[in-house]
Amino acid sequence: MSAEQAAALGVSYPPLQTYSEEEGMMRDAVNKFAQERLAPFVSKMDENSLMDPEVIKSLFEQGLMGIEIDPEYGGTGSTFFSSILVIEELAKVDASVAVLCDIQNTLINTLFTKLGTAAQKERYLSRLSTDMVGSFCLSEAESGSDAFSLKTRADKHGDYYVINGSKMWISNAEQAGVFLVMANVDPSAGHRGITCFIVDRDTEGLQIGKKENKLGLRASSTCPLNLDNIKVPEKNVLGQIGHGYKYAIGMLNEGRIGIAAQMLGLAQGCFDQAVPYTRQRVQFGKRIFDFQAMQHQIAHVATQIEAARLLTYNAARLKEAGRPFIKEACMAKYFTSEVATLTTSKCIEWMGGVGFTKDYPVEKYYRDCKIGTIYEGTTNIQLSTMAKFIDKEYDH
Amino acid sequence: YIVTIRVKPDHSGVVTDGVKHSMNPFCEIAVEEAVKLKEKKFIKEVVAVSCGPTQVTETIRTALAMGCDRGIHVEVSGKDYEAMGPLQIAKIFAALAKKEEASLVILGKQAIDDDCNQTGQMTAALLDWPQGTFASEVTIDGEKVKVVREIDGGLETIKISMPAVLTADLRLNTPRYATLPNIMKAKKKKIANMKPADLGVDMVSRVEVLRVDEPPTRLAGVKVETVDDLVAKLKANGTI
Repeated sequence: MSAEQAAALGVSYPPLQTYSEEEGMMRDAVNKFAQERLAPFVSKMDENSLMDPEVIKSLFEQGLMGIEIDPEYGGTGSTFFSSILVIEELAKVDASVAVLCDIQNTLINTLFTKLGTAAQKERYLSRLSTDMVGSFCLSEAESGSDAFSLKTRADKHGDYYVINGSKMWISNAEQAGVFLVMANVDPSAGHRGITCFIVDRDTEGLQIGKKENKLGLRASSTCPLNLDNIKVPEKNVLGQIGHGYKYAIGMLNEGRIGIAAQMLGLAQGCFDQAVPYTRQRVQFGKRIFDFQAMQHQIAHVATQIEAARLLTYNAARLKEAGRPFIKEACMAKYFTSEVATLTTSKCIEWMGGVGFTKDYPVEKYYRDCKIGTIYEGTTNIQLSTMAKFIDKEYDH
Repeated sequence: YIVTIRVKPDHSGVVTDGVKHSMNPFCEIAVEEAVKLKEKKFIKEVVAVSCGPTQVTETIRTALAMGCDRGIHVEVSGKDYEAMGPLQIAKIFAALAKKEEASLVILGKQAIDDDCNQTGQMTAALLDWPQGTFASEVTIDGEKVKVVREIDGGLETIKISMPAVLTADLRLNTPRYATLPNIMKAKKKKIANMKPADLGVDMVSRVEVLRVDEPPTRLAGVKVETVDDLVAKLKANGTI
């Protein structure tokens, strides 16, 4: 039953897994696309640590890179929740493809849409929805969780800035045509000097370093960036000077729901691979699924995934409803990344020896899930953020 | 399309409750061909039609998301739906083709649930239109259609006048995925609602299903060592 049908029947409080007709159709379309067209590329991209350009092209063709962008700029004009469903469906097949789509939609597109001047939107949004990938550059070698202690400087010279510094762990860097770089225009002001700059790939002095050789999410390029006296015109400041830290926090609050969706899809995709195996594999004269110990483990994991789904969907709906959602977003990201870790680990066990080989897909999910507890705010950061909210709740 | 099919306990048919339904793959190919012909400007408008209960509107929406301009949902439910077969559907399509003044009716060659392979042919006969069935290539040439057909002996090329009925075979094209922007656009497209009676079609079936059974369980075979053994065994069980 769709959200529209529920409303027509006067069902005021439909279950969380109720989608509008549009959301349902999008989810089904992306599910089909991912399972049929993306799946054949996955294992090779992981082995070579390289995203196939065909895959990226098809993501743009399907309209998956501009989900919330206005059709005026070539986007799909849909909602945040649709993005969440898309990311979940992609992650069931490949978490690397999902993260590329997540960063584009929840970080890059949102920043341009919310903060862009008419000229900036005109210049970038239609490219972002049709053929250009974006990267978000905040972290540095010396500043991860302590993001605002970043050292990249932007010095003003008349109507342009000269940016010097280096960034680390930048996703999509190999493919990006535009980089949103957080740099400090006034280190004496501490984090209140952090400003967001739009840097085009072909800017002189911008060097994209060699990509990391990672345990998981290997098809997603993660590179260091060197900014060597790069000149960025004043008109490329996104939003206001010195407000960059606010924008970063704001976007990351939303981005973490996207990551929750990625981890959720990853866990579900892995589970969907392992359970059919347990129903086929026969030992001691019965399916291994029929052993009580297996049933209990499988049911436990299924429950965790369901809980993770509800946290994620609810955080997304809260945000769409304009209600406070930060604590819930932290909970969703924290919980789903932990569930992904548990699920993938168990799935390998359930599949026994074959689960441990690269001939079967589950070992990749196991490797891919680990980054979930680390990036876009480590688990410890999420927990501390939640605690601050909980503390405030008891202030009277 | 991996679904475990189960025969109903009363042997009147197969269980369809709770089984996910989606567009018939050959019909997807038909929709794709129609949309392509429109994109090449050979035709002006594509209307997606489906007969069945409320759920078929989802399938029509998918067709709209693939590029059809509008949809028609012919409501058939309950006992009428259970008894609905190619003849009734052909009558409905024939009536609609006349009403809409269609120049082409394009369908999948057969549905993968009943494998009847009759609807297209019956529709053409009812309309007294030419038919190009099992099409693996369709080219419009003025008022005529060149159809390359996949037949048992190979490929047959025919030229038929429009209006005509075409049925799509596997190699006609590769259906596109509904892109997200097209799904959004499909929301604004109209789906008209009507009943068979509105088209003057009677849904009474001339076919009565007596019984549905699963195929008999395949018996284990026997391996033999030599051709002589084989002949002896075949003689022993009366096969030769």
